[in-house]
Amino acid sequence: MFTIEINGKSVEANDGQMVIDAADAAGIYIPRFCYHKKLSVAANCRMCLVEVEKMGKPVPACATPAVSGMKVFTQSQKALDAQKAVMEFLLINHPLDCPICDQGGECELQDLALCYGEDVGRYTEGKRAVADEDIGPLVATEMTRCIHCTRCVRFGTEIAGFRELGMTGRGEKSRIGTYVKHFMQSEVSGNIIDLCPVGALTSKPYRFTARAWEMSQHRSIAPHDCLGSNIYVHTRGYEYSDFREVMRVIPRENESINETWLSDRDRFSYEGLHKDHRLTGPMIRKEGKWLQVDWPTALNFAANKLRDIINSKKPDQLAAIASPSSTLEELYLLQKIVRDLGSNNIDHRLHQSDFSQQENAPLFPGMSTELASIDSMDAILLVGSDIRREQPLAGLRVRKACLNGATIMRIGSIDHDVNFKLSENVHTTPSTLVESLQAVVDSLTSDANKSSIAKHLKNSEKSLIILGDEAQSHSQATLVRALCLEIAKLSNAKIAIMTLGANSAGAWIAGAVPHRKAAGENSSAVGLNAQTMFSQPRAAYILLNVEPEHDLIHSSTAIAALMAADFVMSLSPYMSPVHADLADVLLPIAPFTETDGTFVNVEGKWQSFNAVSPPYGEVRPGWKVLRVFGNLLELNGYDYICASEVRNELEKLLQHSNVPTDRTSLEKNTSNKPKGFEILYEWPAVCVDNVSRRANALQSILMPLQRTVSISSETAKDLGIQSEQLITLKQSDREITVPARIDARIPNTCVLVPKGVSLTSGFGDGFAEITVQRGESHA
Amino acid sequence: MTEAVTIAPETQAEIDRWLKKYPTDRKQSAVLQALMFVQRDNGGWLSEAHLNAIADYLELPRIAVYEVATFYDMYDLKPVGKNKIDVCTNISCKLCGCDKIVSHLEKRLGIKIGETTSDGRYTLKGVECLAACVGAPMMQINDLEYHEKLTPEKVDAILDRLEKEGDK
Ligand code: SF4
Ligand code: FES
Ligand code: FES
Repeated sequence: MFTIEINGKSVEANDGQMVIDAADAAGIYIPRFCYHKKLSVAANCRMCLVEVEKMGKPVPACATPAVSGMKVFTQSQKALDAQKAVMEFLLINHPLDCPICDQGGECELQDLALCYGEDVGRYTEGKRAVADEDIGPLVATEMTRCIHCTRCVRFGTEIAGFRELGMTGRGEKSRIGTYVKHFMQSEVSGNIIDLCPVGALTSKPYRFTARAWEMSQHRSIAPHDCLGSNIYVHTRGYEYSDFREVMRVIPRENESINETWLSDRDRFSYEGLHKDHRLTGPMIRKEGKWLQVDWPTALNFAANKLRDIINSKKPDQLAAIASPSSTLEELYLLQKIVRDLGSNNIDHRLHQSDFSQQENAPLFPGMSTELASIDSMDAILLVGSDIRREQPLAGLRVRKACLNGATIMRIGSIDHDVNFKLSENVHTTPSTLVESLQAVVDSLTSDANKSSIAKHLKNSEKSLIILGDEAQSHSQATLVRALCLEIAKLSNAKIAIMTLGANSAGAWIAGAVPHRKAAGENSSAVGLNAQTMFSQPRAAYILLNVEPEHDLIHSSTAIAALMAADFVMSLSPYMSPVHADLADVLLPIAPFTETDGTFVNVEGKWQSFNAVSPPYGEVRPGWKVLRVFGNLLELNGYDYICASEVRNELEKLLQHSNVPTDRTSLEKNTSNKPKGFEILYEWPAVCVDNVSRRANALQSILMPLQRTVSISSETAKDLGIQSEQLITLKQSDREITVPARIDARIPNTCVLVPKGVSLTSGFGDGFAEITVQRGESHA
Repeated sequence: MTEAVTIAPETQAEIDRWLKKYPTDRKQSAVLQALMFVQRDNGGWLSEAHLNAIADYLELPRIAVYEVATFYDMYDLKPVGKNKIDVCTNISCKLCGCDKIVSHLEKRLGIKIGETTSDGRYTLKGVECLAACVGAPMMQINDLEYHEKLTPEKVDAILDRLEKEGDK
């Protein structure tokens, strides 16, 4: 630490720090285009030229290291002249199309031209024009506007690990493009929209819909994965009007979670909130017909039905299933109602099949370290994880660790492509996954270091084991988890259980599990879980943000049970065709942008957010609906005035909670390899929940592989079929005929069923035996 | 769609020799030479398929090869004539009268800069500085010979010679 002087003010600087960083830290603005604190220094735009005492020429502040005692002038005549000259050059080829440019009003070039540009150009020659390239449904290009700062290129190379864009040509002919047209395949490609200082790269779904100055900016939390990325939601319309609409979502910097980035899913999913997709008001089914009704009618109808069932049958005839992306408040109130009515049948573990030892779980599954610490790990073992698509920004951190020299290893049944180097890649089948983990445990316990994974973990000072969706939804998930815990214990590694949705941790804490009440308190009676509540059908069900045809690993059993039930009420912003078939009451609740709420992320961070717009139409926030519903059911203690009271109540309960850490223990491996085919499920990144599934642009990036059932080439040979030919899958009395695709990621004798897509709607019954036949069904 | 091409084994050996000069994780360093060799093999130009083949051979993202190939004047991404004439039109040559050389060449060959004669014999290109400013104005023939301090007469002599060689 030393001091330098900027514009006469003394400023602290560190060794190796560039002048621009020191100035930024001191709040002194130096104009820039190519500089970005998360990217390497390119120093190609020259906008940041400043005068430095004893240096003849102006120097770029972004590429000039601070030196003790240095005197910098950012506003001297010499600096200003240089900056103005650079601006004049930049504007030579820049079109004067701000009125029709989507970046207008939030353009770095426009802003700086205001300060450093002349009002009349001296350049009378023709300007260059650059043909556009279609780089996919998310990012629109207008390459004539590009000023060649290469931020987008550096983002691709350095951060995303995907060299998609590049600068071709030279001098006046240089241009940014993909050279050969092809779609960008990164899960974080939208970040180049924020990075581009001009209107060359803009958001395709958002463009031409609003101007920056018409919108209000609201802080919120991204609702799709367990990181809880911080976002700003931009809305247009008066504060209390019905016309206030979400126009777009951009990242809000939070160094410890999402840094300055956002995944495409979090950025573009807002399209799914659009009113075209939404339920506008409550509906009840009367004699097979859906009727729009008012709230009191709908809620009374539901309360009476529920009361009748509970009185005539038993309370345990009620079950509730909730999405792990519901808010903490909704989950808490839902479990409270279910329990107050005398049932413990509540769950949120939509992808889970193995619930053994749930009593040994910690307060919530999560990380025993912080997200940011991933960057500095020496070794990382991914177990059944497609981190790039499941938690894209955690994936970027794994990549960062890899670039810092960490050894990244993987054990899993799907050979997902990665954007980092995999030092070990053990490609298993679901049934051999357990053996592979056992082998690591064995070599850690015996001296013979046979497994190199064990060696790496053991020899690394800081190591981490990451469990992804496959590990958690595995048919022997408890064993998988116990083995991972064992490996972690033996190698002194940290554990990260990357749970489903935005709020799995919150769901556990709120008590949305059948064996524990809120704050982890043991429930005297253990209720039915996400699987058994359907395999042992109940008379009444409550669905919270769940679409059973897509969200559940046991879709087919669940739908059968729901169809047969006396009463089903669904709380969701949407009505799906399946809801229309099986529900009796539809209560439209607000998505995350229209309600106050809290998500607890995988680290256990509580992040609350407020509604950014009033609920659409007759929609109401879920916590309010449940609060009123509790009152109508004549239950006590439902007089909350605001969402934070619900949160406070839970927080108070937590003060007395003392759930021990994860005690999941190793039990003997009892599985025998299933005969025939093994089934694998994959929820494509853009199909993980009801909101993302309705986001049009995101849906259009679904890869062909995610629209077909995948098999390996050997399996195809055995079945005697070619890619795209039909196969028939049969599981638990459900049968579908679908095109199959040969997919190199899939192990032999396995079939990968994509979930959350219409192709497989309603199909899937966990790991029940599956048969695969060529062609259409002969039955 | 472009068809895949393969790099001839002898050329691969040549590229490998260059690869040896650099650290093993810096294969990108050999891209200039690789492009040169493959262009030579292919009659003086490179198609997209060639660029892809080089990218794959050097284990580089394709865009990294496109960037280099489109930056340098010495690579041709469209078919060229049998003889390629690169006239420097950069600053020193401009000051020393390259315009005269260019118009002389254009007149004599009957084509404009950037074009190829209809008999496929000559391609005329205007290129950036070839680092022979001391001999400006200058041109390069077939990526190999430099000719400096040009005058229309000198140009004629060179073209006469090429003409004769072509007849052989
Ligand atoms: S497209 Fe935008 S970010 Fe990329 S180089 Fe051009 S101006 Fe910079
Ligand atoms: S910001 Fe320093 S040269 Fe671009
Ligand atoms: S300017 Fe022509 S050789 Fe340098």
